[in-house]
Amino acid sequence: MRLAPYLLSLPALLLFAGVVVVPLVMTVLLSFHDWGQYKGIEPVFILKNWQEVLTDSYFHEMFARTFRIAFFVTLLAAVFGAPEAYILNRMKSPWRGLFLLVILGPLLISVVARTLGWALLFGGNSGLVNKALMSAGLISAPLPFMFTETGMVVALAHVLMPYMVLSVWAALQRLDPQIENAAVALGAGPFTVLRRIVLPQVMPGILSGAIIVFALAASAFATPAIIGGRRLKVASTLAYDEFLNTLNWPLGAAVAVLLLLALVAIVIGASRLVERRYAQVFG
Amino acid sequence: MAFLTLEKLTKKFGTHLAVDGLSLEVEKGEFIALLGPSGCGKTTTLQMIAGFVDPTAGAIRLEGRDLLAIKPAKRGLGIVFQSYALFPHMTVAENVAFGLEMQGVVAAERTKRVAETLDLVGLGAFAVRFPRQMSGGQQQRVALARALVIRPSILLLDEPLSNLDAKLREEMQIELRQIQRTVSTTTILVTHDQAEAMALSDRIVVMNQGRAEQIGPPHEAYERPATPFVANFLGKTNLVNGTTVRPEKISFGTSGLAGKVRTRIFQGNHWLYQVDTDGGLVTVIRQNTGEAMPTEGAAVHLVWQSSPPPSSGEVPAGRRGS
Repeated sequence: MRLAPYLLSLPALLLFAGVVVVPLVMTVLLSFHDWGQYKGIEPVFILKNWQEVLTDSYFHEMFARTFRIAFFVTLLAAVFGAPEAYILNRMKSPWRGLFLLVILGPLLISVVARTLGWALLFGGNSGLVNKALMSAGLISAPLPFMFTETGMVVALAHVLMPYMVLSVWAALQRLDPQIENAAVALGAGPFTVLRRIVLPQVMPGILSGAIIVFALAASAFATPAIIGGRRLKVASTLAYDEFLNTLNWPLGAAVAVLLLLALVAIVIGASRLVERRYAQVFG
Repeated sequence: MAFLTLEKLTKKFGTHLAVDGLSLEVEKGEFIALLGPSGCGKTTTLQMIAGFVDPTAGAIRLEGRDLLAIKPAKRGLGIVFQSYALFPHMTVAENVAFGLEMQGVVAAERTKRVAETLDLVGLGAFAVRFPRQMSGGQQQRVALARALVIRPSILLLDEPLSNLDAKLREEMQIELRQIQRTVSTTTILVTHDQAEAMALSDRIVVMNQGRAEQIGPPHEAYERPATPFVANFLGKTNLVNGTTVRPEKISFGTSGLAGKVRTRIFQGNHWLYQVDTDGGLVTVIRQNTGEAMPTEGAAVHLVWQSSPPPSSGEVPAGRRGS
C-alpha cells in the first residue's frame, strides 16, 4: 500500500497544520488589514502597516537593537560556553555528571523565574552585582543594568548558555580521543593543541550553537520584557505591546512577521555558510 | 649499550598490574613487536614509552638518557595510532607538515621534506586531499608519513593495520617492512596478530598478563616456544603423548600413529585435518600440492620428525635485522 505512510502521518500533519500553519497564515493576512482607533480592524488588503514598519526609524531602531542584543548574547555564549564545554568534557566521572546538571539545571526552571532572579541581582544601585563589582574594585560607580541593553545581554546569555554548551559538547564527543595525543607527540604544547587542533574541529559545533542562541535571543520575550520593561523594547516586546496595549493587531502582526522572516533568512543563510565551509572537511 | 632500554617497567592501575617488571633492550634500527592478547599490557608499555602514561616503577632509557624526565611533546617519537588520529580539518600535506612546523623547520625545507615523505609512502599525488576523502589504507600511509617526517628516534606503531581488510593488511605489511628498512628507524609495533608480528619484526616480545613470556626472533619463538602460552599464541599446536607438535610438521605415512580422519577442510593453499587417534584429537595441516588426499572417515597413519628443534643457526637468513 503506497498510501499507508501518508495515512499514518496524517494525524501529525493535521496537528502541524492546525497549530502552526493556520495561525501563521492568519498572522500574515492580519498584517495587511487596516486598523483605526475607533473603527478597529478592517479586513481589507493594504500595505500601510508594512510601509510603516519598513520606513519609520522608530521600527528600524527596534530591529537594530534586537539583532544587536542577539549578536552580543551569541558572542558571550560562545566565549564562555565553548571553554565550559571543553572543561566539562575533560572532567572525570562523578564531577562531569554533577557539573553537567549544574549547567543544564537552569533549563528546568522557568525563564521568567530565572530572569526575575537577575532583576533582583541587578536591582538599582545597591544590587548584588554592582556591590560585588565595586568591592572587587572593577568599577567605581554602580553600573545601570536594569532597563539597559547590557542587562538584557547578560541575562539572556545566562538563559541561553546551555544550548551553546550542549552543541559544543556534542562536537567534542565526536573528537578522536587520540587526536590530542597525536598533536602532543608531534611537539605541540597545550595551547597549540587547543588552538590548532581542538578549536577548528569544534568550530561547526560552536557555529550551530551560535545559530540556535542567536535565533532564541532575537525572538526571546520574557527576558527582554522583565529586564527592559516598556522603556527598552525589542521586536518581540514591541509586537506584544501593539497587540495588547495599543490594540493595533495588524501593525503588531507586521512586526512579528518581519521578525520571523528576518530570523529565517539569517538562520538559513548562516547554516548554508557553515555547511559549505565544512562539507569538504567533515562530510 | 642498547639504543632503547626498558628496565623493570611496571604500571599499576589501582590494584591491577598492567605491566609487571618488563625489561627489554632494543638495538638501533631494530624492528620489535610487542605481541599478546588484549589486556596483556602491550599498549600500556607503548604509551609509557610515548609518555601518555606514567610508569609506577622502572626506567626507560634512550641512548643512556632518562626518557621519563622528558615531556611527551619533547621526546621526538613518531607514533601511528590505531585510529590514525589524523587532523580532519587539515589537508594531507598540512597533516604531515604539522610536526615540522612545531620543530620550527623553515617553510622551504618543510615543503621539501613533506613531498619526500609523501613520495616514500606513495602518496605524492594526494597532498591537497583531506583525510575524509581517502581510503583507510591511504589514511594509514598519511599517519605513517606524519610520524616519519620528523625523523623520529623511535617509531611507535599501535595496531596500525587492524582497521584494514585482510588483503590490504598483507600488502601494507610488506610495504611497512620495506619503508622501515629504507629509513632504518628503530620501530616498536604493538599487535595482537601473531602473523603480523612474525611477518614484520626482527624480534618478538610475547606478552601475557603484563610480563614478557619470551623475547626472540619470530622463527625461534615459533619453533622453540619457551612456555605453553607462547606455543599456543604463535600458532596451532598438538599435544601428542606429552610432546608438542605443530600441525604442519605432521604428515600422512604408511606406519606411525594410527587414526581416523574426523573432518577435512579445504583452505585453498592447504588442507586442514582433524584426526582421531589414541593420543587424542590431532590437527594436521598439509600443503595443497594437487595430489589426492585422505577423505573423511579414512584410516591414516601420522608421522612427524621427533628430532630436536633446529638450533638458531638454522634461522633463515634475512630474519635478523638488516
